[in-house]
Amino acid sequence: MREIDAALITDTVARLCIEANRFLSQDVACALHQAEQEEPFAPAKDLLALLGKNEQIARETLMPICQDTGMAIVFAEVGQDVHINGDFEEAIHAGVHRGYVDGLLRKSVVGDPLRRVNTGDNTPAIIHTRLVKGDAIKLTVAPKGFGSENMSRLKMLTPAQGVEGVKEFVLETVKLAGANPCPPMVLGIGIGGDFERVAEMAKEALMLPMGQHNDDPYYAALEDELLALVNATGIGPQGLGGKTTCLGLHILAGATHIAGLPVAVNVSCHVTRHKTAVL
Amino acid sequence: MRHLTAPLTEADVLSLHAGEHVLLSGTVYTARDAAHLRMMDCIAKGEDLPMELEGQVIYYAGPTPTPEGKPVGSIGPTTSTRMDASTPTLLAHGLRGMIGKGQRSAEVMQAMQEHPAVYFAAVGGAAALMAACVTSCEVIAWDDLGPESVKRLTLCELPLVVAADAYGKDAFTLGQEKYLRSIE
Repeated sequence: MREIDAALITDTVARLCIEANRFLSQDVACALHQAEQEEPFAPAKDLLALLGKNEQIARETLMPICQDTGMAIVFAEVGQDVHINGDFEEAIHAGVHRGYVDGLLRKSVVGDPLRRVNTGDNTPAIIHTRLVKGDAIKLTVAPKGFGSENMSRLKMLTPAQGVEGVKEFVLETVKLAGANPCPPMVLGIGIGGDFERVAEMAKEALMLPMGQHNDDPYYAALEDELLALVNATGIGPQGLGGKTTCLGLHILAGATHIAGLPVAVNVSCHVTRHKTAVL
Repeated sequence: MRHLTAPLTEADVLSLHAGEHVLLSGTVYTARDAAHLRMMDCIAKGEDLPMELEGQVIYYAGPTPTPEGKPVGSIGPTTSTRMDASTPTLLAHGLRGMIGKGQRSAEVMQAMQEHPAVYFAAVGGAAALMAACVTSCEVIAWDDLGPESVKRLTLCELPLVVAADAYGKDAFTLGQEKYLRSIE
Protein backbone atom coordinates (compact mmCIF):
# COMPACT_ATOMS: atom_id res chain seq x y z
CA MET A 1 0.00 0.00 0.00
CA ARG A 2 1.46 3.34 -1.08
CA GLU A 3 0.65 6.48 0.91
CA ILE A 4 -0.15 9.72 -0.94
CA ASP A 5 -0.86 12.95 0.93
CA ALA A 6 -3.98 14.90 -0.02
CA ALA A 7 -1.77 18.02 0.01
CA LEU A 8 0.16 16.65 -2.98
CA ILE A 9 -3.12 16.22 -4.86
CA THR A 10 -4.02 19.84 -4.09
CA ASP A 11 -0.62 21.14 -5.26
CA THR A 12 -0.83 19.13 -8.47
CA VAL A 13 -4.39 20.16 -9.36
CA ALA A 14 -3.52 23.84 -8.74
CA ARG A 15 -0.51 23.62 -11.05
CA LEU A 16 -2.45 21.77 -13.77
CA CYS A 17 -5.28 24.37 -13.70
CA ILE A 18 -2.79 27.17 -14.33
CA GLU A 19 -0.70 25.35 -16.94
CA ALA A 20 -3.72 24.12 -18.90
CA ASN A 21 -5.04 27.67 -19.18
CA ARG A 22 -1.76 29.30 -20.21
CA PHE A 23 -0.09 26.70 -22.40
CA LEU A 24 -2.06 25.10 -25.21
CA SER A 25 -1.08 21.41 -25.50
CA GLN A 26 1.46 20.72 -28.21
CA ASP A 27 -0.95 18.46 -30.13
CA VAL A 28 -3.68 21.14 -30.36
CA ALA A 29 -1.15 23.87 -31.21
CA CYS A 30 0.27 21.66 -34.00
CA ALA A 31 -3.22 20.90 -35.33
CA LEU A 32 -3.94 24.67 -35.47
CA HIS A 33 -0.69 25.32 -37.29
CA GLN A 34 -1.29 22.51 -39.78
CA ALA A 35 -4.84 23.73 -40.42
CA GLU A 36 -3.47 27.21 -41.17
CA GLN A 37 -1.05 25.71 -43.74
CA GLU A 38 -3.83 23.70 -45.41
CA GLU A 39 -6.65 26.28 -45.35
CA PRO A 40 -7.44 27.29 -48.95
CA PHE A 41 -9.71 30.29 -48.12
CA ALA A 42 -7.62 33.44 -47.48
CA PRO A 43 -9.80 35.13 -44.79
CA ALA A 44 -9.95 31.82 -42.88
CA LYS A 45 -6.18 31.41 -43.15
CA ASP A 46 -5.71 34.91 -41.65
CA LEU A 47 -8.00 34.03 -38.72
CA LEU A 48 -6.10 30.79 -38.05
CA ALA A 49 -2.85 32.78 -38.04
CA LEU A 50 -4.35 35.09 -35.38
CA LEU A 51 -5.26 32.07 -33.24
CA GLY A 52 -1.68 30.84 -33.51
CA LYS A 53 -0.42 34.29 -32.51
CA ASN A 54 -2.80 34.34 -29.55
CA GLU A 55 -1.50 30.97 -28.33
CA GLN A 56 2.05 32.34 -28.56
CA ILE A 57 1.22 35.58 -26.68
CA ALA A 58 -0.49 33.57 -23.91
CA ARG A 59 2.53 31.30 -23.58
CA GLU A 60 5.04 34.17 -23.51
CA THR A 61 3.12 36.60 -21.25
CA LEU A 62 1.63 33.90 -18.96
CA MET A 63 -1.89 35.17 -19.70
CA PRO A 64 -4.82 32.75 -20.09
CA ILE A 65 -5.26 31.71 -23.75
CA CYS A 66 -9.01 32.36 -23.50
CA GLN A 67 -10.90 34.51 -20.99
CA ASP A 68 -13.28 31.60 -20.40
CA THR A 69 -10.94 29.60 -18.22
CA GLY A 70 -13.75 27.12 -17.86
CA MET A 71 -15.24 24.88 -15.28
CA ALA A 72 -12.51 22.58 -13.95
CA ILE A 73 -13.24 19.02 -15.06
CA VAL A 74 -10.95 16.58 -13.25
CA PHE A 75 -10.42 12.99 -14.30
CA ALA A 76 -8.74 10.89 -11.63
CA GLU A 77 -7.50 7.33 -12.09
CA VAL A 78 -6.75 6.09 -8.61
CA GLY A 79 -4.62 2.97 -8.18
CA GLN A 80 -6.29 0.43 -5.89
CA ASP A 81 -3.03 0.02 -3.96
CA VAL A 82 -2.96 3.69 -2.93
CA HIS A 83 -4.01 5.01 0.45
CA ILE A 84 -4.81 8.73 0.45
CA ASN A 85 -4.01 10.63 3.63
CA GLY A 86 -6.84 13.16 3.82
CA ASP A 87 -10.04 13.89 1.93
CA PHE A 88 -9.61 13.11 -1.78
CA GLU A 89 -12.40 15.26 -3.24
CA GLU A 90 -11.76 18.15 -0.85
CA ALA A 91 -8.10 18.06 -1.94
CA ILE A 92 -9.16 18.47 -5.59
CA HIS A 93 -11.54 21.35 -4.83
CA ALA A 94 -8.78 23.04 -2.80
CA GLY A 95 -6.44 22.68 -5.79
CA VAL A 96 -8.99 24.30 -8.09
CA HIS A 97 -9.48 27.13 -5.57
CA ARG A 98 -5.75 27.79 -5.37
CA GLY A 99 -5.11 27.44 -9.11
CA TYR A 100 -7.89 29.83 -10.09
CA VAL A 101 -7.09 32.43 -7.41
CA ASP A 102 -3.27 32.37 -7.66
CA GLY A 103 -3.26 31.93 -11.43
CA LEU A 104 -5.57 34.93 -12.01
CA LEU A 105 -8.01 32.70 -13.87
CA ARG A 106 -11.63 33.75 -14.30
CA LYS A 107 -14.10 32.53 -11.71
CA SER A 108 -16.94 31.24 -13.86
CA VAL A 109 -18.91 28.98 -11.52
CA VAL A 110 -22.23 29.74 -9.82
CA GLY A 111 -23.15 27.63 -6.79
CA ASP A 112 -26.75 27.07 -7.85
CA PRO A 113 -28.05 26.82 -11.43
CA LEU A 114 -31.16 28.94 -10.85
CA ARG A 115 -30.18 31.36 -8.07
CA ARG A 116 -26.79 31.96 -9.72
CA VAL A 117 -24.37 33.43 -7.21
CA ASN A 118 -20.70 33.16 -8.24
CA THR A 119 -18.77 30.95 -5.81
CA GLY A 120 -15.79 33.28 -6.22
CA ASP A 121 -13.09 30.62 -6.59
CA ASN A 122 -14.33 28.45 -9.48
CA THR A 123 -15.17 25.56 -7.17
CA PRO A 124 -16.60 23.01 -7.14
CA ALA A 125 -14.74 20.97 -9.75
CA ILE A 126 -16.52 18.23 -11.65
CA ILE A 127 -14.74 15.03 -10.66
CA HIS A 128 -14.72 11.71 -12.53
CA THR A 129 -12.94 9.02 -10.52
CA ARG A 130 -12.03 5.55 -11.72
CA LEU A 131 -10.39 2.84 -9.64
CA VAL A 132 -7.56 1.16 -11.58
CA LYS A 133 -4.75 -1.34 -10.97
CA GLY A 134 -1.48 -0.15 -9.46
CA ASP A 135 -0.21 2.28 -6.86
CA ALA A 136 -0.28 5.60 -8.69
CA ILE A 137 -2.80 8.41 -9.17
CA LYS A 138 -3.23 9.94 -12.62
CA LEU A 139 -4.85 13.38 -12.60
CA THR A 140 -6.09 15.18 -15.72
CA VAL A 141 -7.44 18.71 -15.44
CA ALA A 142 -9.55 19.84 -18.39
CA PRO A 143 -10.88 23.41 -18.05
CA LYS A 144 -14.03 23.47 -20.21
CA GLY A 145 -15.44 26.68 -21.67
CA PHE A 146 -19.19 26.95 -21.97
CA GLY A 147 -19.46 28.75 -25.33
CA SER A 148 -18.80 25.33 -26.82
CA GLU A 149 -20.26 23.22 -23.97
CA ASN A 150 -23.63 24.92 -24.58
CA MET A 151 -23.61 23.61 -28.17
CA SER A 152 -23.23 19.96 -27.08
CA ARG A 153 -26.12 17.52 -27.60
CA LEU A 154 -27.24 14.03 -26.68
CA LYS A 155 -29.87 11.86 -28.35
CA MET A 156 -31.25 8.39 -27.74
CA LEU A 157 -31.45 7.02 -31.30
CA THR A 158 -33.16 3.74 -32.16
CA PRO A 159 -31.04 0.78 -33.30
CA ALA A 160 -32.71 1.01 -36.73
CA GLN A 161 -31.29 4.49 -37.23
CA GLY A 162 -27.81 2.95 -37.16
CA VAL A 163 -24.64 4.62 -38.33
CA GLU A 164 -26.54 6.90 -40.73
CA GLY A 165 -28.53 8.24 -37.78
CA VAL A 166 -25.30 8.91 -35.91
CA LYS A 167 -23.76 10.80 -38.84
CA GLU A 168 -26.93 12.84 -39.31
CA PHE A 169 -26.99 13.77 -35.60
CA VAL A 170 -23.33 14.82 -35.54
CA LEU A 171 -23.75 17.00 -38.65
CA GLU A 172 -26.96 18.53 -37.32
CA THR A 173 -25.16 19.37 -34.06
CA VAL A 174 -22.29 21.05 -35.91
CA LYS A 175 -24.65 23.09 -38.09
CA LEU A 176 -26.73 24.19 -35.10
CA ALA A 177 -23.52 25.20 -33.30
CA GLY A 178 -22.35 27.24 -36.31
CA ALA A 179 -20.17 30.17 -35.25
CA ASN A 180 -21.02 29.93 -31.53
CA PRO A 181 -18.44 27.43 -30.19
CA CYS A 182 -15.43 29.38 -31.58
CA PRO A 183 -14.67 27.15 -34.55
CA PRO A 184 -12.39 25.50 -35.50
CA MET A 185 -13.97 23.12 -33.04
CA VAL A 186 -12.87 19.81 -31.58
CA LEU A 187 -15.55 17.13 -31.26
CA GLY A 188 -15.81 14.33 -28.72
CA ILE A 189 -18.36 11.73 -29.75
CA GLY A 190 -19.77 8.99 -27.53
CA ILE A 191 -21.77 6.12 -29.03
CA GLY A 192 -23.47 3.42 -26.95
CA GLY A 193 -23.60 2.86 -23.19
CA ASP A 194 -26.60 4.45 -21.49
CA PHE A 195 -27.85 8.02 -20.96
CA GLU A 196 -25.05 9.24 -18.65
CA ARG A 197 -22.27 6.96 -19.88
CA VAL A 198 -22.59 8.20 -23.47
CA ALA A 199 -22.07 11.80 -22.32
CA GLU A 200 -19.06 10.76 -20.25
CA MET A 201 -17.53 8.95 -23.24
CA ALA A 202 -17.99 12.08 -25.36
CA LYS A 203 -16.12 14.12 -22.73
CA GLU A 204 -13.38 11.49 -22.43
CA ALA A 205 -13.00 11.54 -26.22
CA LEU A 206 -12.03 15.23 -25.97
CA MET A 207 -9.05 14.24 -23.79
CA LEU A 208 -7.47 12.07 -26.52
CA PRO A 209 -4.41 13.38 -28.37
CA MET A 210 -5.32 15.19 -31.60
CA GLY A 211 -4.92 13.06 -34.68
CA GLN A 212 -5.02 9.79 -32.74
CA HIS A 213 -7.50 7.34 -34.24
CA ASN A 214 -9.79 4.86 -32.53
CA ASP A 215 -8.05 1.45 -32.17
CA ASP A 216 -10.94 -0.24 -33.96
CA PRO A 217 -10.55 0.27 -37.75
CA TYR A 218 -14.35 0.52 -38.10
CA TYR A 219 -14.51 3.56 -35.82
CA ALA A 220 -11.23 4.98 -37.16
CA ALA A 221 -12.81 5.05 -40.64
CA LEU A 222 -15.97 6.63 -39.19
CA GLU A 223 -13.83 9.34 -37.56
CA ASP A 224 -12.26 10.18 -40.92
CA GLU A 225 -15.61 10.18 -42.69
CA LEU A 226 -17.25 12.42 -40.09
CA LEU A 227 -14.33 14.86 -40.07
CA ALA A 228 -14.57 15.19 -43.85
CA LEU A 229 -18.35 15.74 -43.65
CA VAL A 230 -17.96 18.40 -40.93
CA ASN A 231 -15.23 20.18 -42.89
CA ALA A 232 -17.43 20.21 -46.00
CA THR A 233 -20.07 22.37 -44.28
CA GLY A 234 -18.15 25.58 -45.06
CA ILE A 235 -18.69 27.00 -41.54
CA GLY A 236 -14.97 27.68 -41.19
CA PRO A 237 -12.97 29.51 -38.50
CA GLN A 238 -15.28 31.73 -36.39
CA GLY A 239 -18.16 30.71 -38.68
CA LEU A 240 -16.99 33.22 -41.29
CA GLY A 241 -16.46 30.56 -43.99
CA GLY A 242 -13.63 28.19 -44.83
CA LYS A 243 -12.50 24.59 -44.80
CA THR A 244 -11.30 24.41 -41.19
CA THR A 245 -14.52 23.90 -39.23
CA CYS A 246 -13.08 21.10 -37.09
CA LEU A 247 -9.49 20.46 -36.01
CA GLY A 248 -10.07 16.93 -34.83
CA LEU A 249 -12.74 14.44 -33.85
CA HIS A 250 -12.62 11.35 -31.66
CA ILE A 251 -15.14 8.58 -31.13
CA LEU A 252 -15.46 6.38 -28.06
CA ALA A 253 -17.95 3.53 -28.33
CA GLY A 254 -19.24 1.08 -25.74
CA ALA A 255 -21.72 -1.71 -25.13
CA THR A 256 -25.38 -0.71 -25.05
CA HIS A 257 -28.88 -2.22 -24.65
CA ILE A 258 -30.66 -4.15 -27.45
CA ALA A 259 -33.29 -1.39 -27.55
CA GLY A 260 -30.97 1.58 -27.72
CA LEU A 261 -28.38 3.60 -29.62
CA PRO A 262 -27.35 6.58 -27.46
CA VAL A 263 -25.14 9.20 -29.11
CA ALA A 264 -23.57 12.29 -27.56
CA VAL A 265 -21.53 15.08 -29.13
CA ASN A 266 -19.42 17.15 -26.76
CA VAL A 267 -18.41 20.29 -28.65
CA SER A 268 -15.14 22.00 -27.79
CA CYS A 269 -13.20 24.89 -29.32
CA HIS A 270 -9.73 25.57 -30.67
CA VAL A 271 -8.70 26.13 -27.03
CA THR A 272 -9.27 22.50 -26.04
CA ARG A 273 -7.28 22.23 -22.82
CA HIS A 274 -6.10 19.30 -20.76
CA LYS A 275 -3.00 18.67 -18.68
CA THR A 276 -2.09 15.43 -16.95
CA ALA A 277 0.22 14.48 -14.10
CA VAL A 278 0.95 11.11 -12.51
CA LEU A 279 1.62 10.93 -8.75
CA MET B 1 -8.08 48.80 -42.97
CA ARG B 2 -10.86 51.10 -41.81
CA HIS B 3 -10.39 52.82 -38.40
CA LEU B 4 -13.41 53.63 -36.22
CA THR B 5 -13.79 55.35 -32.87
CA ALA B 6 -16.50 54.51 -30.32
CA PRO B 7 -19.00 55.89 -29.39
CA LEU B 8 -20.33 55.60 -32.94
CA THR B 9 -22.47 58.03 -34.93
CA GLU B 10 -25.45 56.96 -37.02
CA ALA B 11 -23.39 57.91 -40.09
CA ASP B 12 -20.58 55.54 -38.96
CA VAL B 13 -23.05 52.69 -38.63
CA LEU B 14 -24.75 53.33 -41.97
CA SER B 15 -21.36 53.29 -43.74
CA LEU B 16 -20.45 49.80 -42.49
CA HIS B 17 -21.15 46.61 -44.43
CA ALA B 18 -21.13 42.95 -43.41
CA GLY B 19 -17.77 41.28 -44.00
CA GLU B 20 -15.71 44.48 -43.68
CA HIS B 21 -12.64 44.34 -41.40
CA VAL B 22 -12.18 47.31 -39.04
CA LEU B 23 -9.97 48.46 -36.17
CA LEU B 24 -11.99 49.91 -33.30
CA SER B 25 -10.59 52.46 -30.83
CA GLY B 26 -12.29 54.60 -28.18
CA THR B 27 -14.62 53.78 -25.29
CA VAL B 28 -16.83 50.70 -24.99
CA TYR B 29 -18.58 48.97 -22.07
CA THR B 30 -18.54 45.30 -21.12
CA ALA B 31 -21.81 43.59 -20.23
CA ARG B 32 -22.82 39.95 -20.48
CA ASP B 33 -25.61 37.68 -19.20
CA ALA B 34 -26.07 38.92 -15.62
CA ALA B 35 -25.51 42.62 -16.45
CA HIS B 36 -28.07 42.40 -19.26
CA LEU B 37 -30.67 41.02 -16.83
CA ARG B 38 -29.97 43.94 -14.48
CA MET B 39 -30.11 46.51 -17.29
CA MET B 40 -33.49 45.11 -18.37
CA ASP B 41 -34.63 45.34 -14.76
CA CYS B 42 -33.51 49.02 -14.59
CA ILE B 43 -35.41 49.81 -17.80
CA ALA B 44 -38.55 48.02 -16.54
CA LYS B 45 -38.45 50.02 -13.30
CA GLY B 46 -37.60 53.31 -15.04
CA GLU B 47 -34.24 53.54 -13.25
CA ASP B 48 -31.00 54.94 -14.73
CA LEU B 49 -28.63 52.54 -16.49
CA PRO B 50 -24.93 52.46 -15.45
CA MET B 51 -24.13 54.42 -18.63
CA GLU B 52 -26.01 56.61 -21.11
CA LEU B 53 -26.63 54.17 -24.00
CA GLU B 54 -26.91 56.68 -26.86
CA GLY B 55 -24.27 55.85 -29.50
CA GLN B 56 -22.46 53.39 -27.23
CA VAL B 57 -20.95 50.01 -27.99
CA ILE B 58 -21.33 47.03 -25.65
CA TYR B 59 -18.66 44.32 -25.66
CA TYR B 60 -20.03 40.94 -24.54
CA ALA B 61 -17.03 40.01 -22.43
CA GLY B 62 -15.95 38.98 -18.96
CA PRO B 63 -12.16 39.25 -18.66
CA THR B 64 -9.84 37.23 -16.44
CA PRO B 65 -8.52 39.12 -13.36
CA THR B 66 -6.10 41.95 -14.16
CA PRO B 67 -2.43 41.01 -13.62
CA GLU B 68 -0.23 43.55 -11.86
CA GLY B 69 1.17 46.15 -14.23
CA LYS B 70 -1.33 45.38 -17.02
CA PRO B 71 -4.55 47.29 -17.83
CA VAL B 72 -6.70 44.14 -18.14
CA GLY B 73 -6.60 40.33 -18.18
CA SER B 74 -7.42 38.12 -21.16
CA ILE B 75 -10.55 39.47 -22.81
CA GLY B 76 -12.23 37.69 -25.71
CA PRO B 77 -15.91 37.78 -26.72
CA THR B 78 -18.63 35.53 -25.34
CA THR B 79 -21.51 34.05 -27.39
CA SER B 80 -23.82 36.90 -28.39
CA THR B 81 -27.01 34.93 -28.90
CA ARG B 82 -27.55 34.69 -25.14
CA MET B 83 -28.05 38.47 -25.14
CA ASP B 84 -30.52 38.39 -28.07
CA ALA B 85 -33.64 38.58 -25.89
CA SER B 86 -32.68 41.95 -24.36
CA THR B 87 -30.93 43.46 -27.39
CA PRO B 88 -33.96 44.97 -29.23
CA THR B 89 -34.90 46.89 -26.05
CA LEU B 90 -31.34 48.21 -25.64
CA LEU B 91 -31.22 49.20 -29.32
CA ALA B 92 -34.48 51.12 -28.83
CA HIS B 93 -32.72 52.94 -25.96
CA GLY B 94 -29.89 54.14 -28.20
CA LEU B 95 -27.34 51.30 -28.21
CA ARG B 96 -25.47 51.55 -31.53
CA GLY B 97 -22.95 48.73 -31.53
CA MET B 98 -22.21 45.32 -30.09
CA ILE B 99 -19.09 43.16 -30.05
CA GLY B 100 -19.37 39.41 -29.57
CA LYS B 101 -19.16 36.11 -31.37
CA GLY B 102 -21.65 34.00 -33.30
CA GLN B 103 -24.86 34.75 -35.16
CA ARG B 104 -27.78 36.88 -33.94
CA SER B 105 -31.52 36.16 -33.98
CA ALA B 106 -33.86 37.39 -36.71
CA GLU B 107 -35.41 39.75 -34.11
CA VAL B 108 -32.03 41.38 -33.39
CA MET B 109 -31.23 41.71 -37.12
CA GLN B 110 -34.63 43.37 -37.62
CA ALA B 111 -34.14 45.74 -34.67
CA MET B 112 -30.69 46.70 -36.01
CA GLN B 113 -32.40 47.94 -39.17
CA GLU B 114 -35.10 49.85 -37.30
CA HIS B 115 -32.58 51.54 -34.96
CA PRO B 116 -29.43 51.61 -37.11
CA ALA B 117 -26.76 49.57 -35.34
CA VAL B 118 -23.77 47.37 -36.10
CA TYR B 119 -22.71 44.02 -34.68
CA PHE B 120 -19.01 43.23 -34.75
CA ALA B 121 -17.44 39.78 -34.37
CA ALA B 122 -14.21 39.64 -32.40
CA VAL B 123 -11.97 36.59 -32.71
CA GLY B 124 -13.44 34.10 -30.23
CA GLY B 125 -10.80 32.51 -28.04
CA ALA B 126 -8.05 34.96 -29.00
CA ALA B 127 -8.29 36.59 -25.59
CA ALA B 128 -4.60 37.15 -24.82
CA LEU B 129 -4.16 38.87 -28.19
CA MET B 130 -7.16 41.13 -27.56
CA ALA B 131 -5.94 42.16 -24.11
CA ALA B 132 -3.09 43.93 -25.91
CA CYS B 133 -5.69 46.22 -27.59
CA VAL B 134 -7.14 47.47 -24.27
CA THR B 135 -5.37 50.45 -22.69
CA SER B 136 -7.61 50.95 -19.66
CA CYS B 137 -10.34 49.09 -17.76
CA GLU B 138 -12.49 50.41 -14.93
CA VAL B 139 -15.45 48.77 -13.20
CA ILE B 140 -18.36 51.25 -13.32
CA ALA B 141 -21.25 49.15 -11.99
CA TRP B 142 -22.28 45.92 -10.27
CA ASP B 143 -18.90 44.93 -8.87
CA ASP B 144 -20.67 42.08 -7.04
CA LEU B 145 -21.00 40.29 -10.40
CA GLY B 146 -17.23 39.75 -10.53
CA PRO B 147 -16.24 38.92 -14.11
CA GLU B 148 -19.75 39.96 -15.19
CA SER B 149 -19.57 43.52 -13.78
CA VAL B 150 -19.96 46.46 -16.18
CA LYS B 151 -16.54 47.84 -17.12
CA ARG B 152 -15.52 50.87 -19.16
CA LEU B 153 -12.74 49.94 -21.58
CA THR B 154 -10.51 52.14 -23.68
CA LEU B 155 -9.60 50.33 -26.89
CA CYS B 156 -6.72 50.85 -29.24
CA GLU B 157 -7.25 49.29 -32.66
CA LEU B 158 -9.17 46.16 -31.69
CA PRO B 159 -9.42 44.00 -34.85
CA LEU B 160 -13.07 43.22 -35.68
CA VAL B 161 -15.23 42.01 -38.54
CA VAL B 162 -18.58 43.65 -39.29
CA ALA B 163 -20.66 40.54 -38.59
CA ALA B 164 -24.07 42.13 -39.17
CA ASP B 165 -24.88 45.56 -40.58
CA ALA B 166 -27.85 47.92 -40.46
CA TYR B 167 -29.11 46.56 -43.78
CA GLY B 168 -29.91 43.02 -42.59
CA LYS B 169 -26.79 41.39 -44.05
CA ASP B 170 -24.54 39.06 -42.06
CA ALA B 171 -20.92 38.07 -42.63
CA PHE B 172 -21.44 34.43 -41.59
CA THR B 173 -23.88 33.66 -44.41
CA LEU B 174 -21.89 35.75 -46.90
CA GLY B 175 -18.52 34.22 -45.90
CA GLN B 176 -19.73 30.63 -45.93
CA GLU B 177 -21.41 31.09 -49.33
CA LYS B 178 -18.27 32.70 -50.74
CA TYR B 179 -16.06 29.83 -49.51
CA LEU B 180 -18.43 27.14 -50.84
CA ARG B 181 -18.58 28.90 -54.24
CA SER B 182 -14.77 29.06 -54.31
CA ILE B 183 -14.44 25.25 -54.10
CA GLU B 184 -17.20 24.36 -56.58
